Amino acid sequence: MTPGRPTGEPAQDGPAHRRRRGGSATAGQNVGGWLFVSPALAILLLFLVVPIGLAVYVSFTDWSGVTSPFGSTVHTVGLSNYASLVSRPGLSQQLFGTSVRDNFYYVLFVVPLQTALALWLAIVVNNRFLKGRGLFRLAFYFPSVTSSVAITTVFIFLFQGTGAVNKFLAFFGIRGPNWLYDSRGVFTTLLYNLGLHNPPAWSNHLFLGINIWQWLAGPSFGMCVLIILATWTTSGTFMLLFLAALQGIPQDVEEASEIDGASSWQRFRRVTLPMLRPVVVLVLTLGLIGTWQVFDQVTLVGPYNQTTYTPAYLSYYLSFQNNEFGQGAAIAFLLFTLIVILTLLQRRFVKEDLTR
Amino acid sequence: MSTLAYRSPRRQVLSYALLVLFAVVFLLPFLLQVVNSLKTDGNATSHPLSLVPHPVSTAGWQQVLGTGGAAGVTDFPRWLANSALVSVLITGGRVFLDSLAGYALARLDFRGRRLVFALIVATLMVPNVALLIPQFLVIKELGIFNSYPGMVLPMLTDATGIYMMRQFFLQVPVVLEESARIDGAGTFTTYWRVVLPMVRPGIITLTILSFQGAWNQYAFFLVATVSPNYFTLTTGLANVVNGGLSAGNQFPLKLAAAMLTTVPVALLFFVFQRYLRANRFDAAVKG
Repeated sequence: MTPGRPTGEPAQDGPAHRRRRGGSATAGQNVGGWLFVSPALAILLLFLVVPIGLAVYVSFTDWSGVTSPFGSTVHTVGLSNYASLVSRPGLSQQLFGTSVRDNFYYVLFVVPLQTALALWLAIVVNNRFLKGRGLFRLAFYFPSVTSSVAITTVFIFLFQGTGAVNKFLAFFGIRGPNWLYDSRGVFTTLLYNLGLHNPPAWSNHLFLGINIWQWLAGPSFGMCVLIILATWTTSGTFMLLFLAALQGIPQDVEEASEIDGASSWQRFRRVTLPMLRPVVVLVLTLGLIGTWQVFDQVTLVGPYNQTTYTPAYLSYYLSFQNNEFGQGAAIAFLLFTLIVILTLLQRRFVKEDLTR
Repeated sequence: MSTLAYRSPRRQVLSYALLVLFAVVFLLPFLLQVVNSLKTDGNATSHPLSLVPHPVSTAGWQQVLGTGGAAGVTDFPRWLANSALVSVLITGGRVFLDSLAGYALARLDFRGRRLVFALIVATLMVPNVALLIPQFLVIKELGIFNSYPGMVLPMLTDATGIYMMRQFFLQVPVVLEESARIDGAGTFTTYWRVVLPMVRPGIITLTILSFQGAWNQYAFFLVATVSPNYFTLTTGLANVVNGGLSAGNQFPLKLAAAMLTTVPVALLFFVFQRYLRANRFDAAVKG
């Protein structure tokens, strides 16, 4: 799964049940219906529903991943795994706090950037008089069909210390950072270059294992690579969503405002954007849901730089590299809760907006 | 927007140039990928931006395709075969099981349908990355860890596909099935002979999305397998990038391998993109 790609869709109870409501189901359809759904249902239950329950159980144990999680060597430890992430000072808390910070900045930058870029691309590509619309659409969409591993490989190459990006920046006399390895935050680096060499005393306060100054550091240069990568790969997907919506805007509405003498910016602000509002909400929430799950890219970039760890990756790392499955499952469950809350909020907002 | 036609020619040229610039920026990484996969290792490292490989070297590609002397370092042909095998199996399973379930949820009036549908809508929102550890647990308990069944079985169906197929089946006129039934056709025959051919665009869309999902799948295969025998292109490539090779940067090899991973899905999209444009997001936008 690639971050930012839409994973959920607003589900609404459509007109499925309008037929034969009240009438009793015929015996044939009863048997047939169950025969038809049971293979899919069995797989979903076995590999989706049961695992969630198992994971919740493991998050309360000290299972190391070697023996069966139900064996006698596995002890339940209560809320200990959650405590060592959230409230007990130590390495785990520090790792978790850092991963939340890094993922937060990733979300903060990627969601607005990809939404704005996708909207702009859609509006331009939607122009009836544009030559080669199909080609442009394909060019912008292409990055989003590629494998996340393959595309991250390309980006690791481009962002080497002496790589293509820094060679390009050198044309303009800019000395680029050693992107992937550079764990400095861009905000604090900027402040440092402006002359602020010592963080103020008030910023020593700790929260989730790292101090306020570290919270304010901004995305690291390593994380910036992932931010650029995500914006570049997902804008095309969301451009398609906006395009579908733009094609639904009646032509005469735009023409009327044109005759009224509205400038193109005014028309965008007053006519196009309000009509696109439901889709903007949809894209923003899909973006929020996707960006909190970034994983694939981090497994490749993470070894260079710990400031690109996200909770999803930390969960994998603690489990499969450190054999601390309890803590890994606890992170997974916290992440699960966050995403479900975001999705429920999305369903609410989007439903309201789309049915308006 | 229809403004461009009324604008001054100068502004028109400007916005066109900006658009072309963006298209170039979007495609440039792929161009650099192709060019650098054809350079020598040292050249790709020291002159990554030059657009003409000099000298041209096919060493990276030969290693990837297993035709070079350095065979044995990587096993891309095997990974390619693994990717193809699991992708075909997963796609087949999804198209068959998702459409069966989608049809039942759209058309068959069985007891408990509302409950099943609610469950499937609920599983739509389960985030994949939170499932990695749980799924590892289950396939380990079932004794299918590190095997083809372990890679394929959990992915044989998906809630999104079921939901999407249901939406497609809802658009088929009911009259057709009723007349088939009057002719004495059973439930499966009606589905297979009469309704399924009507949702061809849906089947094509599901095929493409399933194949893309399976081919590009990485996270799940990463936790479902451990031995290199089961490497797919994605897990194998990630292993190489993460230092599975010791000597040098080996960028031409990595970039060539990344291209090999990209091309099949890209081709699929080029060929079938006209089907996707109309259908893919209708369900998402219209609900």
